[in-house]
Formats: sequence, structure tokens, C-alpha cells
Amino acid sequence: MSEHQVNKTYAEINARIKAGEAVVVTAEEMVDIVRREGPVGAAKKVDVVTTGTFSTMCSSGAFFNFGQTTPTIKAARVWINKVPAYAGLAAIDIYLGATEPAEDDPLNKVYPGEFRYGGGHIIEDLVAGKKVFLEAKAYATDCYANTKCKKELTLADMPHALLCNPRNGYQNYNCAVNLSDRTVYTYMGMLKPGCRNANYCSAGELSPLLNDPLYRTIGVGTRIFLGGGVGYVTWHGTQHNPGVPRGDNGVPRRPAGTMMVQGDLKQMSADWLRGVSIQGYGCSLAVGLGVPIPILNEEMARFTGVSDAEIFTQVVDYGHDYTNGIQRNYGEVSYAQLKSGMIEVAGKKVPTAPLSSVVKAREIAEILRHWILDRGFQLTEPVANFPTVDFSFDVAE
Amino acid sequence: MYTRIYFLRYPKETSDDPVIYHLVKQYDVEFNILKADIRPQRDGIMILELKGNRENVREALGYLKGLGVKVERLATRIRRDESRCFQCGACTGICPVGALHIRRPEMEVLFDPEKCTGCGLCVTGCPVRAMEVSIDRLLKEEPAVAQGA
Repeated sequence: MSEHQVNKTYAEINARIKAGEAVVVTAEEMVDIVRREGPVGAAKKVDVVTTGTFSTMCSSGAFFNFGQTTPTIKAARVWINKVPAYAGLAAIDIYLGATEPAEDDPLNKVYPGEFRYGGGHIIEDLVAGKKVFLEAKAYATDCYANTKCKKELTLADMPHALLCNPRNGYQNYNCAVNLSDRTVYTYMGMLKPGCRNANYCSAGELSPLLNDPLYRTIGVGTRIFLGGGVGYVTWHGTQHNPGVPRGDNGVPRRPAGTMMVQGDLKQMSADWLRGVSIQGYGCSLAVGLGVPIPILNEEMARFTGVSDAEIFTQVVDYGHDYTNGIQRNYGEVSYAQLKSGMIEVAGKKVPTAPLSSVVKAREIAEILRHWILDRGFQLTEPVANFPTVDFSFDVAE
Repeated sequence: MYTRIYFLRYPKETSDDPVIYHLVKQYDVEFNILKADIRPQRDGIMILELKGNRENVREALGYLKGLGVKVERLATRIRRDESRCFQCGACTGICPVGALHIRRPEMEVLFDPEKCTGCGLCVTGCPVRAMEVSIDRLLKEEPAVAQGA
């Protein structure tokens, strides 16, 4: 414990929040503070660093309990606005996935498909207060006699609605290029042939897991900003993979950690949950996510002080390599380079475009800061930690 | 150099005339036809970029208007729904003329309608469908209007 010069507990930080004395800054602001005052000075001064990210996040969805009918029904197949939901849970519990397209969607039959409406759009419509049309089919039992039902309903009509995203907030992600000779439409956007554009998708220095690269404070039970409301980290996300190459600062240079998050959908907002249509790929949901990071010691100050110039990712070919499972990259670039609008791949200048909104990420970090300062939003200590790897800074400052 | 992009609607009577020829010859303006759908004896549309000194462009437009051509700045036909757009920036990799671009270091995604050529690539490229180009709709509507008239 006492290997650190600064030692703060969650309880101490929460007491300072309660007393209105806590110093809360965004991850962007923390970069300068650590540069100016060093990790120890910054850790003494700052109690919480707020992070944020807003982007398309596949592996999102929601559980609904849509309310019983008379006679009762054990729904076996369910559609909301013609988008199929999974009903094999119980009588009227369903799970609606963000990437599920409407059943009558032409998909990629007219290539590249538009994917105008799917699960993500329903989640947005519901939090926006819109009515949706639900249809269920069932087989009859003695306790559930109804075999079909159709009803219009709003989010307020649902007895229970839980946003439950098995994988959000990817810690770093590939920079995508296309080295083939035809345009490809991917989940990383449209990529021109011959490596003529590069797309990337991370909030960089504002991104939650890039500010806590070893998952020292983000774990099971962490209270967060989710979709405009309060949510929780409930497990490490699917594909969570801490064992990737990392820099001297502990930051992964490949896609690595992920979070599973959930929260009551009824207190969320359509400003921070947006149905998206990705040309040629499919539907999904853009999710606003923000995590507060307690500055327990100078090490956490150092982690949260990371800047775009110190975060690297790999350039991956989505024209051939990705689809064929070929583990290969075409060099590494920093987020400072990516955000500059131009990178170099194999000696050639390539213009870049982001898929993750820095403007909204910054706004989320600000909102979270105000929740802590004005609403007494309390930080939670994880009840269990994510799988991680050993790491220590080589030399002290 | 003064550069503007215009959306022109030709009446039936004018669609046979060599309008562009006169535009260059008499008013000394550079032109660039970005899109055109003009058939003889039918209403037609054209997206035209004009370059030249301001006075020449003004007079050229006067000439067009005199022929009954309805002239509108293209910029008024392209819209970004600011409540839909969440400033991700995906469009900036698609837009071929930099009308959709990023202000650095803030990373704000900006739309400059004056630079837009109305190609429409951003419409389906935008994940939340925030871009609206109402010339494609007009292209489809126009023949119907002509038949009705």
C-alpha cells in the first residue's frame, strides 16, 4: 500500500464529494495538470478524473418485460416494429439486440444496403417516448392460454426495461484501411481501395479504459454515466483481452479490455442512445458512456494523464486481412497523428476520419463532472476486478 | 476568384438552347457542370459551378433568369439536421470536396454548404442520416411535374 507517496481511499474521496470539496477534472484537462505538476502533485490536487466516449457500440441491447395480456401469454416469438427480439427467456421477458435488422429489411441484396431500421433504432425511439408496435406468437399452455398478441406501447407502459450491453467501451481499436482494389463497406465505415482513407474509432485520451489501462479502478460495480442516465459496470465485456502488447505507460497498442454495462433504460435519453445505420454492414446503437476514475495515488494520476501522443494503435487491412482472420498490421500510429487528419502507411500519406465523437465524449466527461460536483454522484469501489496483467512503471518519474 | 454553385431549373422552352455556350462567350465565366438532367422539350435541372469576377457571375445569372431559368444557390438545398448529427466525423472521410470537415484541435465536425457539390454520398454514409440533399428528390419529382403541366 504505502509504496505510493499519495494514498487516498474511495471513502475519503466520497467524503470530499459530499462536503463539496472534491477536485474533479476531465481526462483532457488532466493531461496538462500531470505535465505541469507531475504525478505526485497531480494526485495530491485532483480527486477524480472523468472520462467519456460516444460512438457506435455493437454488442448492445435491452431486456424488456412487456407486461401480461388477458388471457396470459408465454411469448415464443416477438417482434417490435417488425424487428425480431429473443423471447426464449420466460413468459414476457425479451432481449432486443442493437444489430437486429427489421425482418423485411432488404439487407445487402441491393449492395451496399442501407439498413434503415433495427434494434438500435427501437431503443432510441423508446427512450424518445415514441410508441412502438409489439407482436407476439406463442403456443398455449394451461397457465398461459393466449397464442398471439398485438399491442402498441411506450417505454412507460413496460413494467421493466434494462439496457444491457455485453461489450462496450473498447479499450483502443484498430485503424482501418483497405488495401484491396475495390471499395469495401465495413463496420469501420466505407474504405476506398488502394489505401486512400483510414478510419479509426476511439475517443483517445478521453476514453474510459485508456485512462485506467490495467483496470485498477474500473471493475464490477463501478457506477457510470450510461446513455444519459446512471448505469453500472457489471462484468468485463465479451472479448476482454488484457494480454496484448502494451507501451511503457501500460496502455494497450491493440484492441484490449472491454466492459459489460447495464442500467435502467427508463432514465436514459435519446441524446445519448442513437440508432445507427452503417452502410453495407448493418444496424447498431451509438452509446454514450462515461466513467469516473478516482485518483487513489500518483500511479492513477499518471495513468489518467495519458495524452493522444502516447496512445498507439495498429493499422489493419479490412480489404482482405480482417475478413480472412490474418493477424497482420501495417504499422502503428498515435491518436495525435490520427486526429491530425493525416497518417503515413507504408510511406504513403493517408487521410483519416474518426467514427467516435470527440465533441460528445468531452460533453459526457463534463456532465459527469457536474454530476459529481452538483449532485453528489458517489464513486464505487469494484466488488471484483477485471482480469488484468502485471505491470509497473519502470523508473519512478 | 468568385466561386459559387447553383441549382438551375430549366423550363421546357429553354432546354434546347445552348445556354452554357452563351454564358462562357458573353460573360467570360468559368463553368463546371456537376450534375445535369436536361432532355429536349422537358423541364430540366443542372448543378453548375460558376467562377469568375463577381460582376460577371452576377450578369451571367441575370442572363439565365432572363431565359426563365430558375436559379437557386445549391447551398439552400443541402441541410444538416443538427439534432441528429452527433459529430462523429464519419462523413469527413466520404465527402469528396471537404464540405464536411473537422475543425482541429476541437474535433468539431463542420458543414460548409458553399463547398457542397450535392453528390449525396454523405446521405447514406451518415450513420444517423443527418444529411439531407433535396436535389435527388427533385430529380425524381421533376418529370412528374412536367407531365402534370
